[in-house]
Amino acid sequence: MSKEWEPRIVAFFCTWCTYTAADLAGISRMTYAPNARIIRVMCSGRIDPQFVLKAFHDGADGVLIGGCHPGDCHYQAGNYKALRRYTLLKRVLTEMGIEPERLRLEWISASEGDRVQKVMNEMAETIRKLGPLPLERPLPQPLPETERGAVPLTSPWPSPYTEREGVRLGLRGR
Amino acid sequence: MSKPKVGFYWCASCGGCEEAVVDLAEDILKVVEAVDIVFWPVALDFKRSDVEALRDGELAACFVNGAIRTSEQEEMAELLRRKSQLLIAFGSCSHLGGVPGLANLWDRQAIFDYVYKEAPSVTNPEGVVPQEQTKLGSNGYTLTLPSFRDSVRTLDQTVEVDYYLPGCPPPVKLIVNAVTAILENKLPPKGTVLAPDKALCEECPRKLTKPDKLALKELKRPHQTLIDPEKCLLAQGLLCLGPATRSGCGAPCVSANMPCTGCLGPTSRVKDYGAKALSAIASLIDSEDEREIAALMEQIVDPVGTFYRYSLPASLLHRRIRNLSSSSAKPAKANSPDEVW
Repeated sequence: MSKEWEPRIVAFFCTWCTYTAADLAGISRMTYAPNARIIRVMCSGRIDPQFVLKAFHDGADGVLIGGCHPGDCHYQAGNYKALRRYTLLKRVLTEMGIEPERLRLEWISASEGDRVQKVMNEMAETIRKLGPLPLERPLPQPLPETERGAVPLTSPWPSPYTEREGVRLGLRGR
Repeated sequence: MSKPKVGFYWCASCGGCEEAVVDLAEDILKVVEAVDIVFWPVALDFKRSDVEALRDGELAACFVNGAIRTSEQEEMAELLRRKSQLLIAFGSCSHLGGVPGLANLWDRQAIFDYVYKEAPSVTNPEGVVPQEQTKLGSNGYTLTLPSFRDSVRTLDQTVEVDYYLPGCPPPVKLIVNAVTAILENKLPPKGTVLAPDKALCEECPRKLTKPDKLALKELKRPHQTLIDPEKCLLAQGLLCLGPATRSGCGAPCVSANMPCTGCLGPTSRVKDYGAKALSAIASLIDSEDEREIAALMEQIVDPVGTFYRYSLPASLLHRRIRNLSSSSAKPAKANSPDEVW
């Protein structure tokens, strides 16, 4: 049995603006493409580029990031951080052969339920046109995360360099 | 009682890791006193058949450097895994993929086309490319070459690995620590990277000159500026990856006025080095204007080569499977040296 392919989108929404807007869209009974799995984060500045890559790694075809409009961040500057990371990450993705449209950043305030509807529909449409994102899985799989580099925070493996030595190795002419 | 046996092997690597072993200097005598080196192609005349003749698990430890690109390297990795009690990924290439791993931006076809046909220095009107099999006309003998895979892989993407010695090449002190730990049987849990689990900034000799809040208005490359030998390199606008990189090297590059390029890889809490490194740098950019931010980011000439210099095969994305013909699937950016410079 073959099921028709549907775009899988992971949407990271900040809890103060875009997630609230998505709530509003729901309460207002707006319908939009059901392709996105929304993940609520406290701030778009919390979105580590690793989250985006992990989403792609685990089978997402597109990633949407939603945050407050510039100047409106609940934590003052989180959305600017998101913007800077997004700009650089997008360049890296493009160089790695991944279409830049697969990653999208949108500013959506808590009152813009209609905008959530519009962006979600557009994103689903964009990804549908691009098709699935096939990533190569190296085989055999690397060690499970628990085994790979599972070291407690206080590593039993101390630095072989004493602080003094670091300084001695360091600055010339001191 | 006979001494424990150890082996060294190289896969897709430059030979720098072998240099690091030689850099042990007189300490190598202590190593030779304590163990028997029974396989080390770069220095000693042992053959693959000598390894095959060993019992399974007869090697106490085997240090493998280099990434895995060809079928021969896969076979050797599997053979050495079988013969060794401890398999140690030695150096950036076997740990994270290393510089050879950057070839994962292309596939086999694209690499062969460029190297044997399209490169400006190549004259090859008959289009001769290496063949995996060639039948010799006269005596019917068939010559074979190992198969060149589409992707570069890390050692742990090929066989199970017990420990990692990071670095390009691994710092001598870390090698000594690791060898001592193996001999004294004082090893940490399996899968550990045998280096301190802190960022390089912690042991950086310029640590005290780092401002409380770094804010970059410009990103410079080392040849574009006169570098102050004492001040934090990031504070000077140089792209130093110290904040995202594991310590343990003693910061020789930073001490020599060169920014850290991240060869020791991430600390244990980070799963994707490049993503974390780019996140660290992007966060330091001092701008809130979309266009200015884009312009500042453009100053990073080669983002993948900068942030994934040693870890592209180990990245979460690993690589995209090209569903287009390989020539059109090349990265959008032209990577000819002329354009980079």
